[in-house]
Amino acid sequence: METKNIAGNSVSFTEDGYMSDMNEWNEDIAKELAKEENIELGDLHWKLLNFLREKHAAGVSLTIRSVGKSSIVDIKGFYGLFPGGPLKLATKIAGLPKPASCV
Amino acid sequence: MKKIIILGAGTAGTIMLNKLRKALPRDEWDITIIDQHKTHYYQPGFLFIPFGIYNREDVIKAKADFFPSGVNVIFDETDRILPKENSILMQDGTVHKYDYLIIATGTQTRPEETPGLKDKLWYKEIFDFYTLEGALALQNFIKRWEGGHLVMNIAEVPYKCPVAPLEFVFLADDYFTKIGIRDKVKISYVTPMSGAFTKPRATKMLSGLLEEKNIEVIPDFYLEGVDNDKKVIRSYDGREIAFDLLTIVPVNMGSEIIERSGMGDDLFFVPTNKYTLRSEQHENVFVLGDAANIPTSKAGSVAHFAADILFENLMSVIDGREMHAKFDGHANCYIETGGGKGSLIDFNYETEPLSGTFPLPGIGPFGLLKNTRMNHYGKVMFRWIYWHILLKGKEMPIDPLMSMAGKCKNC
Repeated sequence: METKNIAGNSVSFTEDGYMSDMNEWNEDIAKELAKEENIELGDLHWKLLNFLREKHAAGVSLTIRSVGKSSIVDIKGFYGLFPGGPLKLATKIAGLPKPASCV
Repeated sequence: MKKIIILGAGTAGTIMLNKLRKALPRDEWDITIIDQHKTHYYQPGFLFIPFGIYNREDVIKAKADFFPSGVNVIFDETDRILPKENSILMQDGTVHKYDYLIIATGTQTRPEETPGLKDKLWYKEIFDFYTLEGALALQNFIKRWEGGHLVMNIAEVPYKCPVAPLEFVFLADDYFTKIGIRDKVKISYVTPMSGAFTKPRATKMLSGLLEEKNIEVIPDFYLEGVDNDKKVIRSYDGREIAFDLLTIVPVNMGSEIIERSGMGDDLFFVPTNKYTLRSEQHENVFVLGDAANIPTSKAGSVAHFAADILFENLMSVIDGREMHAKFDGHANCYIETGGGKGSLIDFNYETEPLSGTFPLPGIGPFGLLKNTRMNHYGKVMFRWIYWHILLKGKEMPIDPLMSMAGKCKNC
C-alpha cells in the first residue's frame, strides 16, 4: 500500500498500482492517471469509465467482451481508446481494482 | 410431496443428487434430475487423449450408473426455466414444477463466437480438446504430424479448467521429445491474460517451467479472429501469429437454457452469491459448478467443494433458518507437467496458490507448487476417485473450505 498526492488529493494505491478505494476517485484524479498512461480523456473515455464504475459497483466482473456489448464502443474501439491493454488501463484510470481474470 | 429439480447431470448435478437423496426422506421429497445427454464424460481425461495416453473408453460411462435409486430421471431437452412460475419448460411442452431448483448446467465451448475459427481448417489443423470429438481428432492429427509451429491459444476468460492449456503444452513438449521431433516443433502459449497464470507465486513457478521447456509465452493477446487462408490468428490490436497447428480454448459461455431463460450475465453465467451459492435473483434457486458466475475456477474440484456448502444452505432454507455456510472459492488442481511429474495448487477467493505441502490423510502429503512424481500419481489416481467416490457424493478426506495447514506464506 502506498499513498500519493494526486491533483491535491491523498490517494492510496495497491502494490500493482491500482487505487485501493474506488470512493477516493474523482475526475481530476482520473485525468492525472490518464496522463501517466499518455491518454487524453475524451467523451467516449468518460462514458466508458463511468460504465465500468457502475458495473463494478453492482458486483459484475468486468471483461473486454462486456465492454464490447455496452453499446458505447465495440472491442476494436475500446482498444483504440486505451491502446495496449484496454481493460487494464481503463480500470486503473477509473479507480477500480485490477480486473480479476482467470484463476 | 415437495419437489427439488436438479438441472444438469454433470459432475455438479450428480454429486448434488447423491447428497440430497441420502439426506431427504423419500416420503416427503421428490427429487428429479434433468439432462439431455445420457453419457457422463470424465473431462479431466480429455487432456490425455491427444497424446494417445487415454482413449474414448477411458473417459465415458453412462450417467445413470451414478444416480442413486429413488429419484426421477428425465433425459430430454429443456427449453427454459420459468423462475416466476417455479417451473421448467421442456422443449416438447411438458412443464415440471419445483419448490427448489438447483442449476448445474455448466459451461460450453462456443467456437462459432470467434470469426473464422469453425471454418475450413476446423478439425483439420485447428482443434479444441474440451470435447471428446476435438480431442480424438487432434490425436489423429498429432500421430501423423512431422512438426511446425504449435500455437496454444485461449480465446476468452473465464474458461473451464484454467490449468488445462498449460498442461497441454507441457505434455506436448514431452510427447514430441519422446518421438524425437521436438527440435522441429516450436511451441507458443498465447493468452489474453498478462502471463501464464494470474496469481504471482504460481506464475513464477510455471513461467520457470515454460522457459525450461522452451515454450514461448505471448501474453495480452485477445483473439479477434482466425484467417484460414493465411493460417494466422489475429488480435484486436492487430498482431498476427502464424500457426501450423492451432489448439484452442474457444470462448466459454453458459448453457443455452440459461440464455433462453434470461437468467444469465453477458456470458450466460448465472449471477450467484459467491458465499451462499444462492441465485441473486430467486430465493428458491441455487447454482452449483461452472454455471455460476462466482469468481473462482470453473472446475470439478470447485463444484465438489461448493456442493457441501450448497447442501448446508439448502437444508437451512428448507428448515426456515438463516443460511450459515459460506463458500470460500476453494479450488484444488493437479497440473501435469510432463515427464511423469506434476504440480499441485490449492487456493481460494482470498489466498493465492502457495508453496508448502498438502496433507492428505492416508495418501499424501503432496508438494504444493513443486514439480514431483507424487503429484503425477495424484492425478492418475484421481480418475478412480472421481468415478467411485466423488460423483457418488461420498466423504472425501479433504475439507470443502481451504486449509492453511502445510502452506507456507513467505517461501
